Amino acid sequence: MQTNLMINGTQQQLELDPRTTLLDALRHHLGLTGTKKGCDHGQCGACTVMVNGRRINSCLTLACMHDEDEVTTIEGIGQPDNLSALQKAFVSEDGFQCGYCTPGQICSATAMLEEVKNGWPSHVTDDLDGQADLSTEEISERMSGNLCRCSAYPNIVEAIRKAAGEGA
Amino acid sequence: MTEHFKMDAPATDRRLDDMAQGLVGAPLDRPEGPLKVSGTATYANEWQVDGMVHGVMVRAPTNSGRIVLSNRDEVANLPGVLSVIQDERLLRNPAQGTANQAPVQGAQHAAYVGQLIAVVVAESFEQARHAAQSLQVVLENGELMPVDPVTAAVEAQEDQALDQGDLEGAITGAAHSVDVTYTTPSHSSSPMEPHASIASWDGDDLTLRGSYQMLKYNRNELADALGVHPDRVRIISPYVGGGFGSKLGLAPEAVAAAIAAKELGRPVSVALQRQQVYEATMRRSETSQRVRLAADAEGRLNGLGHDARVSNLPGETFAEPVLQASHFLYAGENRQMSMELARLHRLCAGSVRAPGEAVGVTVLENAMDELAHEAGIDPVELRLRNIPEKDPESGKEFSSRRFRDALESGARAFGWSKRPGVMERREGEWLIGYGMASAARINVLMDSQARVALQPDGRARVETDMTDIGTGTYAILGQIAGEMLGLPRDRIDVVLGDTDLPPAAGSGGSWGATSSGTSVYVACQAIRRQLAERLEVEEQDLLLKDGRVTYANQTKALGDVLQGDEIVKLGYVQPGDTSEAVRQATFGAYFAEVAVHAASGETRVRRMHGSFAAGRILNAKTARSQCIGGMTFGIGMALTEELAFDPRDGHVANHNLAEYHIPVNADVPQLTVELLEERDDWASPLQAKGIGELGICGAAAAITNGIFNATGVRVRDYPATLDKVITGM
Amino acid sequence: MRPFEYIRAQNPNDATQSAADGAIIIAGGTNLLDLMKLEVMAPDALIDINHLELNQIEETENGGLRIGALVTNSELANDIRVRRNWPVLSRALLAGASGQLRNKATTGGNLLQRTRCLYFYDRAMACNKREPGSGCAAREGFNRILAVLGTSEHCIATHPSDMAVAMRALGAEVETLKEGGTTRRLDLDELYLLPGDRPDRETVLEPGELITAVVLPAPVEGRQTYRKVRDRASYAFALVSVAGILKIEDGRITRADLAFGGLAPKPWRDTQVEAILVGNRPTEELFEQAADQLLAEAQGLGDNDFKLPLARRTLVSVLTELTQEARI
Repeated sequence: MQTNLMINGTQQQLELDPRTTLLDALRHHLGLTGTKKGCDHGQCGACTVMVNGRRINSCLTLACMHDEDEVTTIEGIGQPDNLSALQKAFVSEDGFQCGYCTPGQICSATAMLEEVKNGWPSHVTDDLDGQADLSTEEISERMSGNLCRCSAYPNIVEAIRKAAGEGA
Repeated sequence: MTEHFKMDAPATDRRLDDMAQGLVGAPLDRPEGPLKVSGTATYANEWQVDGMVHGVMVRAPTNSGRIVLSNRDEVANLPGVLSVIQDERLLRNPAQGTANQAPVQGAQHAAYVGQLIAVVVAESFEQARHAAQSLQVVLENGELMPVDPVTAAVEAQEDQALDQGDLEGAITGAAHSVDVTYTTPSHSSSPMEPHASIASWDGDDLTLRGSYQMLKYNRNELADALGVHPDRVRIISPYVGGGFGSKLGLAPEAVAAAIAAKELGRPVSVALQRQQVYEATMRRSETSQRVRLAADAEGRLNGLGHDARVSNLPGETFAEPVLQASHFLYAGENRQMSMELARLHRLCAGSVRAPGEAVGVTVLENAMDELAHEAGIDPVELRLRNIPEKDPESGKEFSSRRFRDALESGARAFGWSKRPGVMERREGEWLIGYGMASAARINVLMDSQARVALQPDGRARVETDMTDIGTGTYAILGQIAGEMLGLPRDRIDVVLGDTDLPPAAGSGGSWGATSSGTSVYVACQAIRRQLAERLEVEEQDLLLKDGRVTYANQTKALGDVLQGDEIVKLGYVQPGDTSEAVRQATFGAYFAEVAVHAASGETRVRRMHGSFAAGRILNAKTARSQCIGGMTFGIGMALTEELAFDPRDGHVANHNLAEYHIPVNADVPQLTVELLEERDDWASPLQAKGIGELGICGAAAAITNGIFNATGVRVRDYPATLDKVITGM
Repeated sequence: MRPFEYIRAQNPNDATQSAADGAIIIAGGTNLLDLMKLEVMAPDALIDINHLELNQIEETENGGLRIGALVTNSELANDIRVRRNWPVLSRALLAGASGQLRNKATTGGNLLQRTRCLYFYDRAMACNKREPGSGCAAREGFNRILAVLGTSEHCIATHPSDMAVAMRALGAEVETLKEGGTTRRLDLDELYLLPGDRPDRETVLEPGELITAVVLPAPVEGRQTYRKVRDRASYAFALVSVAGILKIEDGRITRADLAFGGLAPKPWRDTQVEAILVGNRPTEELFEQAADQLLAEAQGLGDNDFKLPLARRTLVSVLTELTQEARI
């Protein structure tokens, strides 16, 4: 079926089997392989993209459900010669090793920082009525939907803190 | 142009220390970083190959019997389906690391639940997945085979048995002794990238874009499995989304893709589903380990026993080498060790990060903690008193070994002196404890080759089929070449992961960096000699830095020396006499602060520190990351990771990332790592040793020892999940 | 995933009509697609309700909240009214899943998510919930995560939601729309069925019946907490969870609304447990009595035996936390 997606600012018209997930539409039909398939069941976060500004698991949603939605993938966040502050910080803090979970981590972190700015609390926020800070504990909890088996977690936290500090 | 080097004598010249570029050891960013953070590094299942179709594999639903695909024709007629393939060349299980030949093959009989016995190929992934799910797999004449390591038949591993002195006597006469049995469950490597291959044939030549750790072996394994000559097979694997042992040997999807692509005359991609990664790649064997320690009143060991039982499928010779570091870590003249291999029908057991020490040192370190408690001696002090002067079995000298320094420095860095007594510290509902453990891992050098080309424009190119599975190969090979040739890092191109390039040691066993790094070093040395020849000076009198050559009081640009020529050398390193002449290993110590919830028994690691000595550090940033990664594996092993097998048919019940609990970000505190300055002349001419696995070799024990300190509970059955903790509370 | 027809609902009656004809309603899809990929669920048609106007959170006349069925878990957790007046609900939501999943998962879908029983998910294994009459492979299998209360010989699955546990403690009701336009209200106790001999039937919803909203009653006085016990620090299902709302006046407990997750096929609430507490002074002995009542009928099957002591310890710990000031 025909689906129109606005991907990284470009309108894409796709003719898809309704079974095609947003993830597989990106990887198999648009050649946007920066978004990774780690589990295909919403259990690892490697496929994280932003849809209408919110981070989601692209493996657990059908492309046809996103007709006319705006999708931002890692390719839309920054390219090697034009990296975002977060991407640069991931490089300098060694926030990855094998790199497979990395695009998902960065998409997730990009949206997560917006969530914090908007005052969203997390599981570890003490005061539901207050403003969350960017403590290690807060960053770790909010990034726990992105698994990293190489376990760059401490470096991922540092990278996010660094990028957030520079953005402030 | 091949420069051979055999490691027959200690490399006391320490040539890297004479170099001027200042790259080796520096905490440089990974050069491929910008590609990885922007999603432009190409992993196996991401190559855009014209005409490619998709294959999905099908599992055996029980663990024995003859396999019949009862509705094969029906499935073959589903929309988009191109072929349903059940071929005798499909792998029963993956090849073991460095096997260099195909493992057991055959798709007619099941040996374990989850065995991949067919592949369904269709135009689209969605069609292939549905068709694979629709295939009815019937097992004829099957009865459930044994799956329980406790009751399965065992084979004693006579070559692993040790009987030195009189352990029983030592225990009888000991002032302090422990005799404890611990069990560890099966673990999964769980790399984030599922195993995937794209096969394409050009006539009789196969190109496989795969996700593999050891390409020169994988090429031979694939050729053997298909019955073709290795020269016909090329494997490309420039980026590998994690391996941790599970991509050492050829896995089932590669053979399936190759067979399907040949049959269809089209490129075929086969990626394992996450569930299949859990069911049909490799597991670390579960272990049962009895450790006996006998010590005098001061805690000095005079007896050490370690007996282990592990398991594997019939026909597999790999037995988790649990005892590997127990042979040399601690003193004690009376020693007894043994190993049993149980034969059962769970998925294949093979290498998972640090086979042997990951579980063996962990349990030994738990036993040491029990001895320290029993003897009333500080756990660090107990270890310091038992560092053997020489290898306690062979009598060989150790090569470099800053074990004592790691214990002492790590204790200082962590603040070990503030360790509370058992069950002494409580913060609200949380019980706080400190634990520590030693780290040890054998060190190995392997055959490896690399080609280095010094180009007329003053750039250099390093080429080898070595892989970078997140280990930092791209970074360190460039650093070594830049250091030796006096070039800034950005003037070195490192090309990896292609069997058309010189064959390397591959990534595994912690030997990748030193082996492939040495091959680059050897090639660069040859280039330096040729430059020296041109300038009619001795190689030692050359100073190369920033693309300039300084010799005999003059300085020239490299380009002026090369005069349009390219110097190309193939470096080829082989292990030699130093492997056997001394005991080579890496050492360290872990320290952890844990909090255990007094009501629920949930454990959180609040702080964790590691001090490690692994010879010369080639890149302080990537080496630290390797240690952090290993320690996190240790956190998972200590607290959550376990392949849960159904007791009836042995299938992996928790075959997904929601239920096989690898640590998430919130499980891991800001780990700290200290890398001790060291040179190991016996290990390699780089004076470096492997560091990729040291971080896990005992790490879990620091945490479980911390749980004891917090709660007084010894969980001797890993992982220390809350159910086991509250049972003791 | 089996081929299916995809329909986008233009209005709620579209949805109920299609669903009555056999289509499965998809909203966030985070559980449904998970199951469809494994063909544990294999609908012939999906009716997508994401574009219906069911995504508002409105205050009701009596001071409660009406939460549209399509309000995402993130939006609900972050709603300032919920955070202030029904904090147990925010806490439960924030303890569930991951940031990504909460952005997609909806209120209605969360209530209707299926069990995480590993045998339900494995089509090679017998499961009465997936295939009525086929048996229950979980009973003698690896059953560590499964239920100890409300089970039957046919099924020991747990309900995996955190949100629903908090809603149960809050006395929330669902509003539904049936084919033909009639509506009804059900509290969560009425909504969920125990497995009995038909574990495939999980709710009383009729074919085509759509949850349109969840209604929270007006805020109540008292302290609220949600305690989730799990294997990882985050991103893991509850082994045991407790949603608690407790009020103390003059040293005595005057309100004790308690619901439990991880123990049963539905969010569990036992009014007899609450009756033991209400009217009495908070003491450890009283809490133990409450736990005795909670677990009177509980039964483990081996791997999940620990849930009995764990539920006891967690309940006592939660009650201790909620009554801390009164007991000093």
